[in-house]
Amino acid sequence: MIRLGLDQEQIARLRKLAKEIVHGVAPIIKRNTTVSVERAIVRLMGLDGIDNDGVPLPNVVVEAVRPRLGDGVARHVAAAMLSTGMDINQLGTAVANREVDILSFPEPPEDELEDFWTEQTSFTMERIAERVKERNEYMKEYPPGPQPWKYVIVATGNIYEDVTQARAPALKGADIIAVIRSTGQSLLDFVPYGATTEGFGGTYATQENFRIMRRALDEVMKETGRYIRLVNYASGLCMPEIVVMGAFERLDMMLNDSMYGILFRDINPVRTFIDQFFSRMIDAVADIIINTGEDNYLTTSDAVEAAHTVLASDLINEAFGLAAGLKPQHLGLGHAFEMNPDIEDGFLMELAQALMLREIFPDHPLKYMPPTKHMTGNVFKGYIMNALFNLVGVWSHQGIQLLGMLTEALHTPYLHDRFLALQNAGYVFNNARHISDAFLVNPDGPIMDRVRTVMDDTEEFLKKVNDSGLLDAISNGWFADISRSPEGGKGLDGVSEKSPAYINPYIRSFAAYLGREEELEKWM
Amino acid sequence: MDVDLRNVRPYGDTMGDGAVQMSFTLPIPQGSVAREAARQLVLSMGFTDAQVVHDEDIGEGFTFFVVYGKTAASVDSTKIIPTEPEFEVWEREECNRRIQEYFGRPLVVVGACIGEDAHTVGIDAIMNMKGYHGHYGLERYSMIEAHNLGAQIPPEELLERARELGADAILVSQVVTQRDSHVLNLTRMIELVEAAGIRDRVVMVAGGPRIDNALAQELGYDVGFGKESYAEHVASFIIQELHRRMDDGRWTP
Ligand code: B12
Repeated sequence: MIRLGLDQEQIARLRKLAKEIVHGVAPIIKRNTTVSVERAIVRLMGLDGIDNDGVPLPNVVVEAVRPRLGDGVARHVAAAMLSTGMDINQLGTAVANREVDILSFPEPPEDELEDFWTEQTSFTMERIAERVKERNEYMKEYPPGPQPWKYVIVATGNIYEDVTQARAPALKGADIIAVIRSTGQSLLDFVPYGATTEGFGGTYATQENFRIMRRALDEVMKETGRYIRLVNYASGLCMPEIVVMGAFERLDMMLNDSMYGILFRDINPVRTFIDQFFSRMIDAVADIIINTGEDNYLTTSDAVEAAHTVLASDLINEAFGLAAGLKPQHLGLGHAFEMNPDIEDGFLMELAQALMLREIFPDHPLKYMPPTKHMTGNVFKGYIMNALFNLVGVWSHQGIQLLGMLTEALHTPYLHDRFLALQNAGYVFNNARHISDAFLVNPDGPIMDRVRTVMDDTEEFLKKVNDSGLLDAISNGWFADISRSPEGGKGLDGVSEKSPAYINPYIRSFAAYLGREEELEKWM
Repeated sequence: MDVDLRNVRPYGDTMGDGAVQMSFTLPIPQGSVAREAARQLVLSMGFTDAQVVHDEDIGEGFTFFVVYGKTAASVDSTKIIPTEPEFEVWEREECNRRIQEYFGRPLVVVGACIGEDAHTVGIDAIMNMKGYHGHYGLERYSMIEAHNLGAQIPPEELLERARELGADAILVSQVVTQRDSHVLNLTRMIELVEAAGIRDRVVMVAGGPRIDNALAQELGYDVGFGKESYAEHVASFIIQELHRRMDDGRWTP
């Protein structure tokens, strides 16, 4: 393994800055809750299903509590369940049928409440632990392939078609299958229900769809003897709910960025920061690897000029993640091979940055994104670009290699596009497996020059962000050249200030499980 | 080189050889039956010769093929009517000068990527100050007042903002084309503009990587721009279109 011999003191300074930056938003996260966090809580309790109009019961219940949302849905649900003796799903149905007024029940005695929550939270923790155990056992029996893990996406819009599109590559060497969500799902303030067959540019993330794909991949696992990881997207307005569904259905990874929704979907920053924090606590408990979306910055900004924003954001995502209880091995921090293919020595700069990230994040399964923005209808040229990307991937020991598709500029992948991508990666990884043991990096050469530039730019940038605060930095357009204000964006109306009566019983049980009571006290 | 423009065929290494390379997948397992199926399929497409040069199992009973064929078909390229918009492309300064000269006031241009489509880079490339590939965007044009609303904008909102701002041209971007979502959105937009009774007052411009002029015009737009289009194309077209309308007495600045 190559050692660039980076300045460890500088790395420590970068981490310290990132930590300070994220701590700057801790008070705002702690002060408020969101409709999506509250819906995640009732889902954690086991609420599922829809009413006669197709509205998900978690939405029905949280809407009913809306006037008193600052108390937390948990307080009112507990009072109702203890008074009526209903379970959470009976209660959800009764609220939907307007048989009960959920805000009308007396506050139960403290000790009764204590027992109630102990029972509820241990039910949830057991349900999640069961899935974690299952994953660990499967992984022991059917060991996953070596890194870089070959990650491919399916996105037909129809979950049954997706199964075919996922099984074939899994049989041909893919390690990870990601089901891309339908266009626009991130802006829905509810999670669709049931198996779906109609999506645009992707397939709806629903719990039933998760289950269908999980089952299919477990079958392939038994056929091939390799555990196949399943990924979905927890970004957008329902981020924490989708993580709950993922935890219950044994998804192995979740796209769960702290800023992607703000920048690329115009979701309110405060809403997103709260949602991402609770989401990541659930990821941590469910032993789910998160993927972050820094690659996207390079689609709206120039990859040469904005490289430091990627490193800066990786550090910010890391700091948020660690604060929420994730461990380095859960942090699939993102970056991408997005330089314009026409520039001289672009490959060297890409290699420099990939090696740099590997060394700054040694225990993290870095998620490396392929060329996308500069892919064109010349699929043959695109295929070579993907080969160079794969070479950097194996050279710099990336964790998760999101395989490039030669038809990236045209459509979501066809079956043979994925096959060709796997063949490309398989060839390059195998032929150059030990390339990093074969070469040293010239300490005075172009690679080290690039690394120093990016690290120095990052340090300066993080200082600037720290001085202004993260929310201001975002509204100044410093990330991805996109400006978002804390008062703007979608979903702000779903943020409520907590009342003194607020409870979220899961914070305590997650914190205890993760051994982080003290740290989490500052955040949630 | 001797090319018969009335009889144009694909070229491999001999004029008129009709050589074509293609690849596709069939939902049948690899083997001699699949190979023969691929060959026959290609022949049935009108190729006179079909060579299955590669076939491979790609999982789940699917087989991937690479096939070379020769076609006897040809096209008469002299009969083709170009679908590209016809207009002169002017540099930025030239555009500014013409706007001043023709209209005597800046033109108001309002643009967005509509519907659920979140791709902003295309509309930004046309509208934002910094432009794309060294071509400055409309915001840089002193005689153009450019308002870029961004992405995920409902057609209703784009219309409303365009009316408020007194738009002379509305730019609509569509990048996602799955299940014809671009056609649905573009149609919705034009219908709203027509229903509002302002169609004659505004130049309607559609753009995106899978949009071309023919499609845009079919949907009722004045013009459509695809890949490799820049602000100067858009500005030049708008000026010339408004100038035309002015000459016809259909529009006044
Ligand atoms: C960058 C990118 C993204 C970024 C967008 C960031 C942003 N803020 O814009 C992110 C990561 C957010 C993204 C998300 C998605 N994307 Co995307 N994305 C791309 C990518 C890689 C590049 C697009 C780009 O920026 N090109 C550069 C610009 C400058 O080119 P352009 O858009 O063609 O614009 C030029 C012309 O077309 C024209 N033009 C464009 N608009 C207009 C408007 C007017 C008025 C005029 C005159 C001209 C004009 O002028 C521009 C300059 O020449 C393409 C793949 C590719 N290589 O094309 C996929 C691609 C467009 N995305 C795709 C998809 C499916 C999605 C998702 C739906 C995936 C999902 N299910 O989540 C989501 C979209 C969610 C949503 N709500 O829309 C598909 C679309 C497939 C299809 N044909 O329908 C593509 C082709 C990738 C693929 N192979 O699957 N994406």
